[in-house]
Amino acid sequence: MAAGHAHVLYLDHDSPVHRAAPHVKIASMVLFTIVVVLTPREELWAFAGYTVLIAVVMGLARVLPGWLLSRSLIEVPFVIFAVVLPFIGTGETVRVLGLDLSVEGLYGAWNILAKGTLGVWASLLLAATTTPRDLLLGLDRLRCPQVITQIATFMLRYLVVILEEARRMRVARLSRGYDQRFLWQVKAFGVGIGSLFLRSYERGERVYLAMISRGYTGRLPAVDAAPAGARQWGAAALLPLAATAIAVATVLT
Amino acid sequence: MTDAPLAGEVPSLRVRDVHYTYPDGQVALRGVNLTIARGERVALLGPNGAGKTTLVLHLNGILHSGGQGHGNHSGQTGSVEVAGLAVDPSNRRTLAEIRRRVGIVFQDPDDQLFMPTVAEDVAFGPANLGLRGAELAQRVDEALAAVGMSEHRDRAPHHLSFGQRRRVAVATVLAMRPEILVLDEPSSNLDPASRRELAEILLSLPVTMLMVTHDLPYALQLCPRSVILDNGVIVADGDTRSLLADAELLARHRLELPYGFSVGVG
Repeated sequence: MAAGHAHVLYLDHDSPVHRAAPHVKIASMVLFTIVVVLTPREELWAFAGYTVLIAVVMGLARVLPGWLLSRSLIEVPFVIFAVVLPFIGTGETVRVLGLDLSVEGLYGAWNILAKGTLGVWASLLLAATTTPRDLLLGLDRLRCPQVITQIATFMLRYLVVILEEARRMRVARLSRGYDQRFLWQVKAFGVGIGSLFLRSYERGERVYLAMISRGYTGRLPAVDAAPAGARQWGAAALLPLAATAIAVATVLT
Repeated sequence: MTDAPLAGEVPSLRVRDVHYTYPDGQVALRGVNLTIARGERVALLGPNGAGKTTLVLHLNGILHSGGQGHGNHSGQTGSVEVAGLAVDPSNRRTLAEIRRRVGIVFQDPDDQLFMPTVAEDVAFGPANLGLRGAELAQRVDEALAAVGMSEHRDRAPHHLSFGQRRRVAVATVLAMRPEILVLDEPSSNLDPASRRELAEILLSLPVTMLMVTHDLPYALQLCPRSVILDNGVIVADGDTRSLLADAELLARHRLELPYGFSVGVG
């Protein structure tokens, strides 16, 4: 039986960033991203500064650039859209390599690319240093609505169970001569998806029965946790504060 | 047909004349009577579709027969009492207490274990009872120790073997200190070693037990008394060994000992 990978993005080693309380890290990451998004797109140096900040956190967390870059590929669909912008944009144009490119479109593309990439990097660093479980605990401590954290908690638990079920169904299909290259057999795949949905739905009902049998009344019990000290908050605040300083400095000069 | 409880003592479970018809018209229970004295271990045997699971869901009020005005339409009568407290689905406060007293261990541990770690899952029940802090931690430690899973407390359920998950499922219920432990097919899907380990754990627990099973040797090993439920009624109730020795009775209710087994009386 495959146990499944517990963590897709989490890097299991020790570092000062790993040790920080999850809610502190989440707050720091979100504030940093907000500062990045609010920065006027013309302030090119500010974005260079943010990249340096990301590199510093990366160093502290002992995350390698290759790890971060390969996982940044998730933003490719958005980048493709950004690449189109200079060609479809209107207004003032510049000539680059014999092509008329819209200035407005170029800035638009840069805006998406730079802010998107920095946001993805910040989130990846958070995910690399915080287990999914801790992320949920952190969100809970930041007073995120319980409906959202509950659903995410169940997802965390049952994704593995459902994937394992899907894998068993696939093996059973293959064992009876199913070949996914044959288009006319796609029906079996579709039916498989449907029955997976039904099974999950029925499991949901059974889980709920088991929960109310143990006195569930609509709220998951809160987990006792030690509050993060002022020092931790201070250290985590350095990232958004430094980003703000960079933003202000570049806008003023 | 039920054994009389010891004089003067309130039985852990008293089921009286429970009828139940599913909303689609399928009749599941046709007048079940069952009394289990405190500390007894009873096996509930019966073929598939006999109504075993339906009966189990009556014990903590998830399905309800009668009650005062709540969902009480024709075909649903009877009463269930757990240590003297009536199961009444319209009374939320007693229902919470009923669900503490009746600890159901469901067949698929993946249905029961839904929290990210073992310890959090075991804490779920007692936390719903209002326990917090040191008292809650003590309940969790105690329950995990009882099933020999203390060293796995911080692991995710999907990283445990099936047998370990079943043991944790038992712990999640023990942490609520139930009056009666109800196990639905506890030996299903277990390898022989896990099956034996679970039997040893269950025998060590000082709690009233109702075990729903097809596994007749397991019933013999764990439960001095057995009842057979078929077609919605209790058709036999007695000493497990003598029930299992009655080949004709077993055959009549689609129960069979595994190949090569036979049970002698005495």
